[in-house]
Amino acid sequence: MNYALNHFPEILQRAGQHAWLAGVPLVLGLLIAVPVGWLARRFPKASPWLVGGSGLLYTIPSLALFILMPLILGTRILDPLNVIVAMTIYTLALLVRTVVDGLSAVPRDTVAAATAMGYSPVRRFLAVDLPLAVPVIAAGLRVAAVSNVAIVSVASLLGIPNLGFFLTDGYQNYDNGEIWTGIVSCLILALVFDLLIQLAERLLTPWQRVVHG
Amino acid sequence: MITSIWTWLTAPAQWSGAGGIPTRLWEHIWACLLVLVIAAAIAWPLGAWIAHAGRGRWLISVANAARAVPSLGLLFAVAMWMSGMFSGSTLAFTIPPTIVLVILAIPPLLAGAYAGVHEVDPAVRDAARGMGMTGGEVLRKVELPIALPLILSGLRSASLQVIATWTIAAVLSVGGLGRYLIDGLASADYAQMAGGAVLVAVLALLVDGMLALLQRLVVSPGLTGRRRRRARTGIPRATASRPTA
Amino acid sequence: MKRMICLSLTAATALGLTACGGGSNPMSSGSGGGGNSSAAAGTLKVGAADFPESQLLAAIYAGALNAKGVKASTGDPIGAREVYLKALNDGSVDVVPEYAYSLLTFYDKSATQKDAQSVATALKAKLPAKLQILNPAQAQDANSVAVTKETATKWNLKTIADLAKQSDKVIFGAPPEFQKREQGLPGLKSAYNLAPKTFRPLKGNALVQALKNGQVNAANIFTTDPSIKSDGFVVLEDPKHVFGSDNVVPLITKAKATPQVQQVLNSVQGKLTTDNLAEMVKQVVVDKKDAGQVATTFLKDNGLA
Repeated sequence: MNYALNHFPEILQRAGQHAWLAGVPLVLGLLIAVPVGWLARRFPKASPWLVGGSGLLYTIPSLALFILMPLILGTRILDPLNVIVAMTIYTLALLVRTVVDGLSAVPRDTVAAATAMGYSPVRRFLAVDLPLAVPVIAAGLRVAAVSNVAIVSVASLLGIPNLGFFLTDGYQNYDNGEIWTGIVSCLILALVFDLLIQLAERLLTPWQRVVHG
Repeated sequence: MITSIWTWLTAPAQWSGAGGIPTRLWEHIWACLLVLVIAAAIAWPLGAWIAHAGRGRWLISVANAARAVPSLGLLFAVAMWMSGMFSGSTLAFTIPPTIVLVILAIPPLLAGAYAGVHEVDPAVRDAARGMGMTGGEVLRKVELPIALPLILSGLRSASLQVIATWTIAAVLSVGGLGRYLIDGLASADYAQMAGGAVLVAVLALLVDGMLALLQRLVVSPGLTGRRRRRARTGIPRATASRPTA
Repeated sequence: MKRMICLSLTAATALGLTACGGGSNPMSSGSGGGGNSSAAAGTLKVGAADFPESQLLAAIYAGALNAKGVKASTGDPIGAREVYLKALNDGSVDVVPEYAYSLLTFYDKSATQKDAQSVATALKAKLPAKLQILNPAQAQDANSVAVTKETATKWNLKTIADLAKQSDKVIFGAPPEFQKREQGLPGLKSAYNLAPKTFRPLKGNALVQALKNGQVNAANIFTTDPSIKSDGFVVLEDPKHVFGSDNVVPLITKAKATPQVQQVLNSVQGKLTTDNLAEMVKQVVVDKKDAGQVATTFLKDNGLA
């Protein structure tokens, strides 16, 4: 506790770095997963390739992926971009499946009604399918957010600044207070991400509030 | 750079001795197997019991929330906490990461066993009871075979988690493929780091592929209808998660 | 089955992707490295290795420079010598605290110089063209091989040569890079024929704890480490000078070594002694004081800030 109180500004700074490394990939992953999910729904034959292929990427352990990133990106080992891209890959792996599941759960009657009202396929996707899939996608995003926050701390082993520094430095100095500061800060950050996504979900699905009273 | 990684991977010196790839690979596999056996011995009966008895569901939620804990932090915290125990023994290096990995492997195994048994159609359960089966028989002969695909799916998640985290556990001075990543980093030897990373990735992909195959083979023929229903989204995953390491 | 084929094809693609990446060595540079990326242009970036004394020295250098109006910043610890020399080389950092003999053996594996002066002279001749050292301090912190008092008594150890006779029982703890360094296993092997039965890659306090708790029975420990006193470790004599005169010395990029920077850092060097350095390390490691605060106090007490 003393450690946390004495290092509060540093905790905030590292939490900011951590939030960036875990958060940007969430946004990027979502932006890519939606069109990929749409493709998978549109072309059912390609679906197992898209879902299975992206799922395969998440079997690669994070430390290994961080280390291999420079080979693909031509970056340096300490470049935060390695972490951003690796985390985007993980997020994508999880969200493609979620988006497909979410879109599959949209009632056929609703889709038929929209088509009958003269919606073009693209407009229907954006105005009907996607909003109705928000709850499922948000659930997937929450899982991704929590594990992103946990995984980013591993990058501190490579010297990339984030909250994980308190873990490696705390072990170096055998400082229990510092290690627990790192663990608890990660948990709080994960909680913040979780709450933000829930908030966004509520704002995007006004009809759900009516249903749940 | 690719060439130097290839040179590292194919150098004869890399394929023998205490620091050689076969030894490191074996250390990695052995440690992961041990962890999985211990974790499964705890998580599977517990998960089946929770689903069967319908009590203690909060355990599942707690286990799921535990995923948010950074595994690196847990490794360091437990290693420090136990550093004074096991004086004069190298167990001091292996026990802490083993414990942490068991803790990390339990949530997916527990969720798999719970979801699998929980998914059994109540009508099927009633029919089995009606045939005069005892609670234990229902679990063994009916519920478990039906639950197997989800149990195995939990095992897949857990084994990825364990393979990934044992790599990181190299910071605690244990063997395994993670040594190449951590030692290579310490001496700025990228070929060694990347070579080790390729080996870890291949191991994870192979193990996941083998378990996927096993999952297909063990599904009872009586459940093919269920397989067809699931076919759209592929093999069911007990937990929409990936290893957090 | 179709899924399996699909999986293996994707795997092949993923590995293929890996193969089309850049050709340069990702370790050759660390842009944004050491947490110094936020430093403004014109700021002198003081790097540090990943052990407390190096971070403390970096804080002292940066504090002295800032006090004399030269903007300087410190960042996260970078790593071992192998790593931070690369960061220095590509400009990720501009100056790092170094140890004269260790640095010399890094560039010249066959170095035999013993006293501080000839080490410094030899080092100047061996340094890459773009780097230079400033004045060596009187303060020394050498690498050493340490054992517990019980081990020293049990095996009757005085020198590393005595330990070498017990090679088949030695569990040696040291940072991972020790396995390949001249001031490490290769040097100990050629000088004393010490070939430990087991090597345990450990660093920092974890290494001290492992030695104390008997999980390793010999360890590579710095001579300024407070644990030598507090835990009664015995530093084995090193008659063949595998570990030589390791005087603290700033290693700096020539382009950044303006007369003012040199003057400020050399005045710090003049005040650093083995005793005050060891005392400061103790305050950081044992008393858990903040390195920045310990550095500030030192600078004030010595009229450097």
